[in-house]
Amino acid sequence: MQFFGGSEISPSPPAPTALGNNAHMMYVFNRSGVCLLYREWNRPLHTLNAQQDHKLMFGLLFSLKSLTAKMDPTSAEKGNLGVPQLPGQGCSFHSFRTNTYKLSFMESPSGIKIILVTHPRTGDLRDSLNHIYNLYVEYVVRNPLYSAGTPIRSELFNTTLDQYVRSIA
Amino acid sequence: MAPVGPRTGDAIFSNVERVNAELFTLTYGAIVRQLLTDLEEVEEVNKQLDQMGYNIGIRLIDEFLAKSNVSRCIDFKETAETIAKVGFKMFLGVTASVTNWDADGTCCSIVLEDNPLVDFVELPDTCQGLYYCNILSGVIRGALEMVSMKTEVTWVRDMLRGDDAFELQVKLLKQVPEEYPYKDDE
Repeated sequence: MQFFGGSEISPSPPAPTALGNNAHMMYVFNRSGVCLLYREWNRPLHTLNAQQDHKLMFGLLFSLKSLTAKMDPTSAEKGNLGVPQLPGQGCSFHSFRTNTYKLSFMESPSGIKIILVTHPRTGDLRDSLNHIYNLYVEYVVRNPLYSAGTPIRSELFNTTLDQYVRSIA
Repeated sequence: MAPVGPRTGDAIFSNVERVNAELFTLTYGAIVRQLLTDLEEVEEVNKQLDQMGYNIGIRLIDEFLAKSNVSRCIDFKETAETIAKVGFKMFLGVTASVTNWDADGTCCSIVLEDNPLVDFVELPDTCQGLYYCNILSGVIRGALEMVSMKTEVTWVRDMLRGDDAFELQVKLLKQVPEEYPYKDDE
């Protein structure tokens, strides 16, 4: 699995003009930076190979989180930038928006990170990300044959996810 | 501000699908029975039950977090309360209490008055060293490890051994800080 489009987890991208097709792509990471799932619905441009792309995304989130915590004006208790934080320490961010896309982010206390990249005009997706976390529990974690920390290969999960994402974004 | 999690697990408990309690109790009994037959040594059975619990715990934590909407606990005290009041209710249908805090707040006891795993059970003379419910200590250890808390969980009181309650001692060994997982040159 080196390049996008060639792997078995990439769905055939739906027609970009279809209604409710504002989601570009989604990532699920675990705490140790393993990309458990990558889904892509509408992404015309790929500049990096899959592995580099995942690493870049994870690095972006990690750095952004430590920056937002460092900038927090409400808390005096913070270490130096880049010093590892204890779980629960520091604030976090929910989303950021550029002129071409919006990135929504949630992280569970167990270190599961869910990232959804959508059209910049999409509203608050925090509840939706929470719902996706619930889907992940139902279709992945509860599967006794899934071993933790490995890429998710579940057709059922992918289908449910596609359907749900189409309905929100 | 993150949403505050529930104080009890009652609401979630009433919404989840449940199985017959006897089926559950007897299934667990059958597992322990089989382990005793397979491993022969009571000590080995204790270890195996703990390991099985650990494997359950590292999965159960995500289900717990997703369903309970609990966000991060501020400290270990809140964590212990959440396990006792929300966690035990959600998955076992019983409530536990937290007592015996040590001075620096890193060690406490979770006390269970009611334990659905031990209905119908009496320890025979040959199994006196068995911690019949050792799966529970494994679950707690596994679940807490996934939220970056290394703990040591041991049984202090066990009704099957003639005590008046089930008491689990949970000791926080360390909290693991979040580190960047990739090396620079990778």
